[in-house]
Amino acid sequence: MNFIFDNDRPIYIQLVEQLEIYIISGKIKSGEKLPSVRDLALKTKVNPNTMQKALVELEDLKLIYTERTNGKYVTKDKKLLNKFKDKYAKEKTKKYLNEMQELGFMKTEIIEILKEDDK
Amino acid sequence: MELLECIHIYKNYDKKQVLKDINLKIPRGKIIGLLGKNGMGKTTLIKLINDLLTPTSGEILVNGKRVGVDSKKIISYLPERTYLDKSMTIGETLKFFNDFYDNFDIEKAKRLVKDLDLEIDTKISKMSKGMQEKLQLILVMSRNVLLYILDEPLGGVDPATRDYILDTILNNFNEDASVIISTHLISDIERILDEVIFIDKGKIILASDADKLREKEKGSIDEIFRRMFKC
Repeated sequence: MNFIFDNDRPIYIQLVEQLEIYIISGKIKSGEKLPSVRDLALKTKVNPNTMQKALVELEDLKLIYTERTNGKYVTKDKKLLNKFKDKYAKEKTKKYLNEMQELGFMKTEIIEILKEDDK
Repeated sequence: MELLECIHIYKNYDKKQVLKDINLKIPRGKIIGLLGKNGMGKTTLIKLINDLLTPTSGEILVNGKRVGVDSKKIISYLPERTYLDKSMTIGETLKFFNDFYDNFDIEKAKRLVKDLDLEIDTKISKMSKGMQEKLQLILVMSRNVLLYILDEPLGGVDPATRDYILDTILNNFNEDASVIISTHLISDIERILDEVIFIDKGKIILASDADKLREKEKGSIDEIFRRMFKC
């Protein structure tokens, strides 16, 4: 796992975002046990309190859950994971389209470019 | 009970007022940045908390009790200037600390020294400045205490040493303990801070949760600090 932070935004929000991507991309597998807060904090080189805050947020989003006394696990809910995937797909696509349109491309042209790229 | 409480602290050097009405509460389990330009009172405040200076008025409580012999047992302090005896070897220095402090974890210190690929019989005078600073930090962080106070631990170190120092702090503080780090090099350290305290001309100008401040002011702690003090 490799985390990059930007000091301009709350660190815990950036942690949530990056952990979210690790989870929905399957780099941290569905059902997998997460390392302890402390180990995660050491890996990402953040304060354990900040990591704890990020995990609470991920738990609120239901992307992870706590098994009593046993630690935290990534959700097994495939539907939920797909929902997050969709959300990301829409966001990224929108961003790409906006950037392309700013460069003066029409949607039809963009679709052609994508098809071309696929060949 | 707060781990550390400063109540209406004033400190004068002759007629010069160096600290003006400092009020502070530091809970357990936090890393706190004491941030300010040079000469604004950071080191004076730290020396007061360590009972190396006496306030002109006001009270400092550590674990609910006035500072004194008992508070020295539970505070581990890294001063700005080195105090190691350079004619000693690393091993002798570790033993010295072990004799001096009953909460010094010599095994941990040895492990950390080994991680640096340093030989235990190396004389301190033969070590580079950066290595000496790392050793000093190891000594301070190897005591099992409730409060670690580090005065400018990043002064003049290279980026690799800086990363080592931050990692060592993160690796070695436990949830019962707090760490106060004073510095004017904010961007280097802000990522690991829970809370920030801005000190300027002997007064506390701002005390806040670090992430909340970033959210509110839309910027890094370093930027917010520069905006406030135009430095």
